[in-house]
Amino acid sequence: MILEARDLTKLYGAFCALDHVSLAIGEGEFVSIIGPNGAGKSTLINLLTGVSRPTAGSVRFKDADVTGAGSVRLARLGMARSFQLVQIFPDLTVLETLQAAVVSRLGRGGRLFSSLADREIHEAAVETAELFGLGDKRHVPSRQLPQGDKKLLDVASAFALRPEMILLDEPTSGVSTADKTAIMEILVAASKRVGIKAILQVEHDMDIVFAYSDRIIALHQGRVLADATPREIEADQQVIDAVIGRRRAAAR
Amino acid sequence: MRRLVGPGLALAAILLVPLVAPPYQTLLMLPFMAYAVILLGLNLLFGYTGLLSFGHALFIGIGAYTGAFLTSRFGLRSLEAILVMSAALGALVAAPVAALCVRYVKIYFGMLTLAFGMVFYTFVLKFYRLTGGDEGMPFLRPLLLGRDLSAMPKTEYLVGPYYYYCVAVLVIATLCMWRIVHSPFGLCLRTIRDNPLKAAALGISVPRYRWCAFMISAVYAAVGGALLGPPTGNVDPTLAYWTHSGNIVFMTLLGGFTHFFGPLLGAFVFIYLQDLVMSVVPYWRLIFGALLAVIVIFAPGGLMGLLASRRRERATLASGA
Repeated sequence: MILEARDLTKLYGAFCALDHVSLAIGEGEFVSIIGPNGAGKSTLINLLTGVSRPTAGSVRFKDADVTGAGSVRLARLGMARSFQLVQIFPDLTVLETLQAAVVSRLGRGGRLFSSLADREIHEAAVETAELFGLGDKRHVPSRQLPQGDKKLLDVASAFALRPEMILLDEPTSGVSTADKTAIMEILVAASKRVGIKAILQVEHDMDIVFAYSDRIIALHQGRVLADATPREIEADQQVIDAVIGRRRAAAR
Repeated sequence: MRRLVGPGLALAAILLVPLVAPPYQTLLMLPFMAYAVILLGLNLLFGYTGLLSFGHALFIGIGAYTGAFLTSRFGLRSLEAILVMSAALGALVAAPVAALCVRYVKIYFGMLTLAFGMVFYTFVLKFYRLTGGDEGMPFLRPLLLGRDLSAMPKTEYLVGPYYYYCVAVLVIATLCMWRIVHSPFGLCLRTIRDNPLKAAALGISVPRYRWCAFMISAVYAAVGGALLGPPTGNVDPTLAYWTHSGNIVFMTLLGGFTHFFGPLLGAFVFIYLQDLVMSVVPYWRLIFGALLAVIVIFAPGGLMGLLASRRRERATLASGA
């Protein structure tokens, strides 16, 4: 297993946001976490990415204990993430954003007097921009990009870290329905190209979830309701009632 | 190459000032150059890292007092040694101060730096035997590149060898800072300024980079502070007072913190405008307060921002024609 969480519990005062959640992601898997609002998805993501510490339980990444390790250590270990609300560097161009990720990956951020025109940094950033269809916009300041491209840039910068695993928090949120599939196709193709070993995503769009996932974990009221293949989830009455909804399940 | 034209012309003009301008105007260039060095450092922290310090007078004071101590108490008169010692002491004091301050942002960071600045101010004001209290300490004329120029009349020394020494320090400081802000390190600082959450997700250690930026800015402030001493021949606690920190923030805003050369232009305009206004009315702070309000409201990009927008308008008109 590349990522393993055991008995994760998170209490906010008396409120239990996560209650003994365990999950494991293996190499080559594309796993989706689904659940209604308040199910504990964001809390789980924050615990898995080390942003916050669980009240109880542990997280292991590549056999190392990374419970509450923080984003920086996890990024260096090979776990990257993108955000639900798009996170960019507004005053940096597309190329500069990707260069920053490459600089971080190569551990060259401490170099005070070297140039950003360094071939390795430049070529890796350009390659990632091309991979995500942002090649012709590489000199555009990030804040001037359309929303779909901002989302792509957020994800692309995570890919520029060449991680072994990537965690995508609603990769298609805030994007038009027409753009959703295009973004997912780019993302899957880029994952293969970059050699990402596992993808874990949180997603609300069931069409996207069922189209791309090898496995689905359904969360409800801070607990794992089901952890199964898309076909099994589709037939799980409990998940349909609590998460997917009958109308949406019938429409599928 | 085109972007070197402006700085090249400015450097040529600076080099020509002692040859064409009266000594009084040339003397005003000395604080300008010292502040230019200080502001290069301050803007690494403010413009490039997003942290606004209200306590950098602390490091200016350390630089100035280091020079005064070395020349008047220890008989060490080499300006090169003074600059190196100032930078080292500035870094030594900045290390723990930065470690504490960079854990906070925005107003909390500003207030914490202000507090440390006031601690140092009180120290130099109250430890009379050591620092001379409110009278300050003499900063004896330093040797330049090992040359003792004590026999030279003061004005001749200041508008001649000392002037060109300051130009050399400013050029070196500018070139170093130019490389720093265009380096991978500088890029990481800009990611932190724009979005620290995202920067951390990319593996960039936000507190570590903020600490480094603070250290570099403190070293620049100390070197600039040491250059402020020789023209007046005396250093006093006002150099470390919080209003001095406010002045350098004002210079940065006046010139424009989003542009590399903005703070330098701000320092230049501030020094000459202050001299002009003081010669006309005694209430120069009143005038400057109003000016600051106008800048913040109508030209948040400072003078460089105005110049850039004029240039953009002209380019748009030209392309339209």
